[in-house]
Amino acid sequence: MSAWDCPWLECAVAVPLLGALCVGRVRDPIRAFRWGVIITGTALAAAVLAWIGFSLQRTTAGRGWLALDELSAPLVVLVALLHFLTALATARTKMRRFSLAWSLTSESIRLATFACKEPWLLIGLLIAGTVTPYVELVNRGKPTRVYVLHMALFATLLILGWAFVDSAGTHQDQTALATIPLLLAVLVRCGTVPAHCWVTDWFEHASFGNSLLFVAPLTGVYAAVRLVLPIAPDWVLEGIGLISLVTAIYAACMACVQRETRRFFAYLFLSHASLVLVGLELVTPVSLTGALSLWISVALSLGGLALTLRALEARFGRLSLANFHGLYDHSPMLAMCFLLTGLASVGFPGTMGYIATELLVDGAVGANPFAGLIIVVAAAINGIAVVRAYLLLFTGARRASTVSLRVGPRERFAVLTLMGLLLIGGVFPQWSVASRHRAAEQILHERQQRLSIPGSVSLPPERVGG
Amino acid sequence: MLDHLTVISLLGLFVIVAPLVLVCVLGVSSLLGRPLVEETTGRVCRATMVTGLLAAAGILAVMLAHNTRHEVIDLGNWVVIPHYHFSVKLVFDRLSVPFVILTFLLCGTVAVFSGRYMHRERGYNRFFVLFSLFVLGMVLTAVAGTIETLFTGWEVVGLSSALLVAFFQERPAPPRNGLRVWIIYRVGDAALLLAAIVMHHLAGEGDFDKLFGAGPWPDVGRASVTQQQALVVGLLLLAAAACKSALVPFSGWLPRAMEGPTPTSAIFYGALSVHLGAYLLLRACPLLEVSPTLAAAVVALGLITALFAYVAGSVQTDIKSALSFASLVQVGLIVAEIGLGFRYVALVHLVGHACLRTLQFIRAPTLLHDYHLLENAIGEHLPRAGGPLHGLGPGRVRRWLYRFALERGYLDALLGTFIVTPFVRLFQWCDGLERRWTNFLAGRASRESDEVKPSSGQMEELP
Repeated sequence: MSAWDCPWLECAVAVPLLGALCVGRVRDPIRAFRWGVIITGTALAAAVLAWIGFSLQRTTAGRGWLALDELSAPLVVLVALLHFLTALATARTKMRRFSLAWSLTSESIRLATFACKEPWLLIGLLIAGTVTPYVELVNRGKPTRVYVLHMALFATLLILGWAFVDSAGTHQDQTALATIPLLLAVLVRCGTVPAHCWVTDWFEHASFGNSLLFVAPLTGVYAAVRLVLPIAPDWVLEGIGLISLVTAIYAACMACVQRETRRFFAYLFLSHASLVLVGLELVTPVSLTGALSLWISVALSLGGLALTLRALEARFGRLSLANFHGLYDHSPMLAMCFLLTGLASVGFPGTMGYIATELLVDGAVGANPFAGLIIVVAAAINGIAVVRAYLLLFTGARRASTVSLRVGPRERFAVLTLMGLLLIGGVFPQWSVASRHRAAEQILHERQQRLSIPGSVSLPPERVGG
Repeated sequence: MLDHLTVISLLGLFVIVAPLVLVCVLGVSSLLGRPLVEETTGRVCRATMVTGLLAAAGILAVMLAHNTRHEVIDLGNWVVIPHYHFSVKLVFDRLSVPFVILTFLLCGTVAVFSGRYMHRERGYNRFFVLFSLFVLGMVLTAVAGTIETLFTGWEVVGLSSALLVAFFQERPAPPRNGLRVWIIYRVGDAALLLAAIVMHHLAGEGDFDKLFGAGPWPDVGRASVTQQQALVVGLLLLAAAACKSALVPFSGWLPRAMEGPTPTSAIFYGALSVHLGAYLLLRACPLLEVSPTLAAAVVALGLITALFAYVAGSVQTDIKSALSFASLVQVGLIVAEIGLGFRYVALVHLVGHACLRTLQFIRAPTLLHDYHLLENAIGEHLPRAGGPLHGLGPGRVRRWLYRFALERGYLDALLGTFIVTPFVRLFQWCDGLERRWTNFLAGRASRESDEVKPSSGQMEELP
């Protein structure tokens, strides 16, 4: 038995769950925090080993319900990385407020979600993933109704939708109609207009760390790829694409007029999530490759941007975007990180998002020139929103401070890691784009097979690792 | 023995690598929180500029010696998957080589000038990081052999320019003006990206050779597109060029850009950046031959811009604004020349104008001092002639012209009134609707962000 035969993926899922049980008993927040970093780091290491094992094709196929494929292998690592860096970059002043036990539980559920293809289990995990944020809102004494209403709608539509799909059997017309509740569920979870208000509300009330971890991996998009994309007829996908285009533009414009940093970030996220969704729904190899590449880029760049904003909040409290704050001289490193991660999210040259956006626009123009135009306009507006926020936060009259407000070594490591990945992925994009292209081909193959064999649920031959 | 093609390829790599090294050295040291000292920064700048300039001059010498007018260096595919590839090609021809030499020459001069001008300035390191990005963007744009490569450099130039306009960031005006410049640049970027995608679909790839013809510039042959296609692509490129070169109706940002440090004003808005739109049109000139409508639009836009800039520049009361409008007059004329088909005239005009204007901008801070010296020497004020608008037409027309010139053609006001204000109002109204909706769902006031004060003043309160 070689090292690659170990169940690394299962380890990556189990370690945070067991860790949550242990950390929950530790009373001292500093000690709990140290344990949390070790646990998330271990989960990350296990996820990376699982990915390497999958890449080397040394794993056996079909082990249990958790398995990696071309799509999910880097996403699982991405989720583990975001959790690790978020835990690592937590400022001491925030350690009491950042619930590690719940965060570790969420990590376990998220890792399992991204490693799961079995529909009903995936639906269960998606619903379970909405519970831990609710607990956080309750623990912090924040209003929960907006969140609960939307997530209840999401869960109901998801269960109904898949029940309809199951019951439709071999009747293709019925399956097509049954995908409508699934489509609506995905739109609610992704925060597409008009069901987007729960995202901004969530950012208003949750801790920034947990907000970031809940949205940045784009779990709703994953649900769309696994549950809707393989079975949905073209008109359903066109519907998702159209609504996503509207959301991409609307959210980008809203990001430009926001007067507070969290809401600015929430809209920026919504716009990018919608752009990814647009690329997926065009179902051409190039647009799919672009969307999947953009997915990774958005998660990394918005993760870095959120960690930067979180570090600013830890020092200055919640920041308004109604005037200039002049924070550059206090933290030039954070200013650079903000600008680089923000621009990386909009596909600035030299970053991972550049080629992803190029691919997405190219694929979109090929499928529908109007979609290509909207994507370009949305990216341009997002770029304006990012630079506007940068100028408002970091320029302006310098404020005096008697204490050092420089970025700490842990925060520096976290944001520099994400920036390094974005820049390396931008300068050497071939490897990641080729990997996303393979994932795109696999998705298209699966879709073609399912749509050509009505009612068939068999998966295409593929590399599957556990 | 190396043949001349290999020599050109090697020198071409030096042309690109020199500014890239500058960006890496200055950027990475800043990212790691260990910026270089002023002296080292100056040395690295000088070394890379001289290397790039010598390499570019070497290419020119080899091309002249071997009587070659068009060399393409294919660096291969940066990304390739089925149905898509992103190739990186560098073109050295009669258009790109003079422009690259001009870039290194002027950037090198300004780098040396800035070393003294910015001495002990708080943002010294930031200035040179942005400056290095600008040089990289300019060089990449100049030698780009594909529209995608050109777009990469174009965006880098835009970002560095906007951030340098906002350089003196403690005052509110520079960041505001920097944002305005960035907004206009983003409009141009969007137009250029769309043009790139359309070209990609028309020619199957983004190579200029494939779309515009593979001959040496300016006689590259006939573009392989229909008149209609040339018009579409050409109008997108014209929009991008108009944003970058401050042509009408996007001229409002040019005087605002003078908030930046004088060395950058000289090199960006007097010499290089403002000519980038004209350079793009020169590169895309085969499209103008295919579409007379497009050529007419280019001529009209150039002449309107020149006329507008002349009138607006006549009433400027500060030297940098007056110089910026004087630049714009020449840029408008260069664009008109391109539209009329005078490619060499336009190129020579561009190079000459860039050199003259850099000198004028760099001399601008000391001009007032020189005037005082002269007036002290002669013992009286220098004679002041009436402006060009003086005595022009009847009183009403003259007043209107003065007003028009002082308001800079109302361009900013029109963009503000008809685009920016409705945009902001519309989405603030949407924001209000969302607030009411979440309040209704939550059954209470749902936004904590409403309690965030514009200036929290919490800095000293936190331990």
